[in-house]
Amino acid sequence: MSTATTAALVGNPNAGKSALFNALTGARQKIANYPGVTVERKAGKLALPSGESIELIDLPGSYSFDTTSPDEEVTRKVVMGEQEGQAQPDLLVVVLDAANLQQHLVFAQEVIALGRPTIIALNMVDLAERDGLTLDPAALAGALGVPVVSTVAVRRKGLAELTAAIEAAAEQDPAAIDARPSVTLPERRLAARNIAKAATLAESTERRINSGLDRILLHPWLGPPILFLLLFVIFQAVFAWASPFADGLEAGVGAVSDWVSATFAESFFRDLITEGLLAGVGSVVVFLPQIIILFAFILVMEATGYMARAAFVMDRLMASVGLSGRSFIPLLSSFACAIPGIMATRSIADPKDRLTTILIAPLMTCSARLPVYLVIIGAVIPQRQVAPLIGLQGLVMFLLYVAGIVGAVIVAFALRRTVTAGQASGFIMELPRYQMPNLKDLLIGLWQRAWVFLRRAGTIIFAATVVLWLLLSFPRAEIGESQLDASYAGQISAAIHPAFEPIGFNQEMTLALVPAMAAREVAVASLATTYAVESEDEEATEEALREQIAARWSLPTALAFLAWFVFAPQCISTIAVARRETNGWKWPIFMLTYLFVLAYVFAGATYWLAVWAGL
Amino acid sequence: MDSRTPTLDSLKPGVHATIISVDWDALASEEGKRLRALGIDEGAHVGIAHKGVFGGSDPIAITIGRMTIAVRKVHAAAMQVDPA
Repeated sequence: MSTATTAALVGNPNAGKSALFNALTGARQKIANYPGVTVERKAGKLALPSGESIELIDLPGSYSFDTTSPDEEVTRKVVMGEQEGQAQPDLLVVVLDAANLQQHLVFAQEVIALGRPTIIALNMVDLAERDGLTLDPAALAGALGVPVVSTVAVRRKGLAELTAAIEAAAEQDPAAIDARPSVTLPERRLAARNIAKAATLAESTERRINSGLDRILLHPWLGPPILFLLLFVIFQAVFAWASPFADGLEAGVGAVSDWVSATFAESFFRDLITEGLLAGVGSVVVFLPQIIILFAFILVMEATGYMARAAFVMDRLMASVGLSGRSFIPLLSSFACAIPGIMATRSIADPKDRLTTILIAPLMTCSARLPVYLVIIGAVIPQRQVAPLIGLQGLVMFLLYVAGIVGAVIVAFALRRTVTAGQASGFIMELPRYQMPNLKDLLIGLWQRAWVFLRRAGTIIFAATVVLWLLLSFPRAEIGESQLDASYAGQISAAIHPAFEPIGFNQEMTLALVPAMAAREVAVASLATTYAVESEDEEATEEALREQIAARWSLPTALAFLAWFVFAPQCISTIAVARRETNGWKWPIFMLTYLFVLAYVFAGATYWLAVWAGL
Repeated sequence: MDSRTPTLDSLKPGVHATIISVDWDALASEEGKRLRALGIDEGAHVGIAHKGVFGGSDPIAITIGRMTIAVRKVHAAAMQVDPA
């Protein structure tokens, strides 16, 4: 009968811990935050051969208990039993990269020396073999004095043996394990070298696949164009590949809407469902395919090991504005959503560097802005080819992304010389070996992202749309008066409209800005609901919205709206995350203010330039 | 210190060397800690794998054991090496 209830995975970064965690716990994972810090706590249920199960937690990758980042600090505290809200794990599973033994054994010895029940998962033995390494797990177990199990997490190999070893260790009496004398880093390093040597049966220094790929991808002249080409392909793909799926979803929403209209008699609730719920939430949900495609690219880049190369290639450019290549990964994630992006900044050791990255993360065009861009571009930019394979719509989209990046560069440059001035930051980063990602790991990652998006659609966006529909529908207009003008929403937007008139915004746009603070994609839902309430026929599909916009908005007005959303002030969730990450209101308020000013100025400049150019 | 001793940043890609001494005071303490945790320390045998983009010399990818680690030129410049 096991008394252990919790096991934790520890190990160096890039040891394959997350893949092992996925392999052991499957898709049912609970992701939350440790109290007081924003380091993600990943927990799942691990079924043991006996039929019992224990909780398995995945700890952030660490090089040492002598910590250098908030991430590593959480690992140390959890293992030591000092982390608030987390019982000390009864059992530690140290994940080692089989091909990097000499390095990874340095930290493993530190963990084993604690005298807690410990198991070694000798992971990625397949990659070690690819590199010409043959290892002797038994020799390793003998030298370390703890059980060693060979695994290939991404191929789901060695898992039965590992869970059996976990079960056996869970039955161990922790008091029976001798604590070992702690040794210094040079001593551990020397021991690591000797143990690794003793456990290595055969070795060749060939690493053809790795160095061959790096010779191209890190080539001083080829590497950067390859990265930029890849980024361009990603953005074209988001636009082109998603459309059949988006059309399908949209047709589905339209069909449901028609069915509701045809089946139920005209009533308050029928209108609430068709004009409020389906027009609002439906117009946002259709963007799920785009978001999934973008995340799929990001996840593949991470899982293959290319993301770290992208950071290497971008470091020089980032250094010129006072950041480092490390900021590239949070910023790229921010293209999907600023929230995981801001949370990913915890791997940045330098506090000034980290703060700057947090402040500019919202300038990366997040997927919530995608619906806004897609609808407006679809409505006002003609669909034609400017070059083979390059559509004008995709090009405009790309330019909007570029505008956000250029804005971020300028803001970072200014911030590093003023509010976040300080020593130039460094860049120290391991470049992991390339490997083929596992489809199941990718699908788990995609599902987690899609779920977050759908949950937003079902909660914040749903609530905002319904409230907006009520504000738009009441009070009822007199005959000869437009419903929009008569409604509460119309009155509110009429009051704030004068502030936005100078930058070319019409009243519906002003109205859309208010709920867009809750979540930016609500701007689309808001426009859809507004025009659905307004128009004679109650069809509120994205197609209908595009037609309405094409008919009602001038080109300068539409461009100004797009420009606004490049810098658009934060959604509420981003502000909340920024507050938690920076421990106070000072920086979120600063962020909000500078974004609002930039959005206003940029939208105004776009509008007047477009008018002046006669567009 | 012998000023003629080459520093790691002066080596060309493909060259291997042993680190003789590191001027830890020239590095931020957190960065020094991180480098030592990665095994980049006095006595370590390292190699230069890649250097910079567009003809620059920053950052530098160095190999140690079977790992490749990206560092900045300033880090490499603080390390005196014995090319082997």
